[in-house]
Amino acid sequence: MNYWIGVATLTGIYMIAILGVSILTGFTGLFSMGHAGFMAIGAYTSALLTKTFHLPILAGVMAGMVTAFGVGILIGYPTLKLKGDYFVIATLGIGEVTKLLIENLPNLTGGARGLTDVPRGTTFPMVLVFIVIIVWGLHNFLRSKQGRNCIAVREEELATASIGANVAGYKLLAMGISCALCGISGALLAHYMHYLTPSMFNMIKSDELVMTVILGGCGSLTGTIIASLILVPLPEVLRFGSVQEWRMVFYGLLVVLVIIFKPSGLMGTKEFSIRGMKNFCRKIAERGKER
Amino acid sequence: MEGQEIILKLEHVVKRFGGIAASNDINIDVPRGSIYGIIGPNGAGKTTLFNMITGVYDTTEGRILFNSEKINGLPTHVIANKGIARTFQNIRLFGDLSVYSNLLTACQKNITYSLLDGVLRTRKCRSQELEMEAFCMELLDEAGLADVKDQKASNLPYGMQRRLEIARALATRPKLILLDEPAAGMNEEESDRLSRFIRGIRDRKKITVVIIDHHMDVIMAICDQITVLNFGTLLAAGSPDEIQSNPEVISAYLGVDE
Repeated sequence: MNYWIGVATLTGIYMIAILGVSILTGFTGLFSMGHAGFMAIGAYTSALLTKTFHLPILAGVMAGMVTAFGVGILIGYPTLKLKGDYFVIATLGIGEVTKLLIENLPNLTGGARGLTDVPRGTTFPMVLVFIVIIVWGLHNFLRSKQGRNCIAVREEELATASIGANVAGYKLLAMGISCALCGISGALLAHYMHYLTPSMFNMIKSDELVMTVILGGCGSLTGTIIASLILVPLPEVLRFGSVQEWRMVFYGLLVVLVIIFKPSGLMGTKEFSIRGMKNFCRKIAERGKER
Repeated sequence: MEGQEIILKLEHVVKRFGGIAASNDINIDVPRGSIYGIIGPNGAGKTTLFNMITGVYDTTEGRILFNSEKINGLPTHVIANKGIARTFQNIRLFGDLSVYSNLLTACQKNITYSLLDGVLRTRKCRSQELEMEAFCMELLDEAGLADVKDQKASNLPYGMQRRLEIARALATRPKLILLDEPAAGMNEEESDRLSRFIRGIRDRKKITVVIIDHHMDVIMAICDQITVLNFGTLLAAGSPDEIQSNPEVISAYLGVDE
């Protein structure tokens, strides 16, 4: 039982980071291959502060969020002016640089061997509270002027500028939100795992974050949530018995299948709602009658 | 038309791309409250002018004044916030969004609540959102798009997409609207309807209109004044009657068209 609560807690922690990437990639249309780096910044900030200065866990998490946000804005300001693919390459670099910095500062971060004795404190209810607050806030954000402008940037940049919205500013906002959420996620992970190593935040992790968003549907908050509920625990579910070696194969296969059969992701840009579900069922029923 | 207040003034505007002058020494005065036509053969530099007025391109030489204030060199969104809205020759809608969301997004200029208000959905946010909702519904009615408000913008027929683009520009509550070939690809009935819509914009909303188009019937019917461009230079300017009887214009443009 404890094991499954653990899986659920980890799923929740990663979901927070994936929600952040969803705002950046799904809603604002900017791809990042280095957001695990911002999780690392949040994780190490919070871990070091709570370990050295004995700050409460929540203060550490907040500090992790603020640091990741700050670094994100600092890096986003020059790089978001890059067009299209160049921003992706820049984020790729940022992710790797963060990891290498941590590996090469052994006195501060424990280097490649990792940081041990990080205070514990992340519990499942705590993660759940974070998720509820974040999803509520993001849902409101996406219905607000600022959220709509971010979506407009994804749809058509020149038109967004010509209705008077500062395209670079809204890109930076999306970057800030995604980095802050990755910071929270990393910090919660640190206090759950009790130890940290730089390899927890490698490029594969960054790719998983983006991949989950794309599979859930770019531009759907509920799609992101559903996809992370399926994909994050999947490697754990497949861990048992002889399937263990096959789990990454299965994971890859699932990604390929979704891309072939539903290229816009599970939910596309639509949101899951009770009303939408009813309409969907009615349509299925009508189609059944026609046959 | 003399003695009227000038809302938009182009002074000796030059735009060069490398060695090619897309616009060469252009002077245009657009009086407030008028419908101003810009015509010319393909490649005459009409859209380049719009791109300079809205800050997509900077001018190589010359000045652009909006309400007597120099605007060339400013970023696009700053110029838009001063009250200049535009449509695009190759339609640029927010394709994945609904017709209604396209308009609601464009209302952003007149929404003043902060990011925090939005995230917490405070009373200030909700009341402004309600206000904008009503404003958008009214605009949808005026543009004749109320029936399709929940459809995806990219799924609309061509004529409706054009009208939605104009409606989206109007949602920013501009003082000046630049229309880049709004009647392109429209049949006679559709372009008649468009002419009435554009005249309504000026008459009822008191918005100055600058329009580029190749449909001579639309231009001649609604414009108070017309400027003719040819190969980046100013060929003629005047009332529709003057333009129609100008021999240079006829040989450069209308003569070929007939």
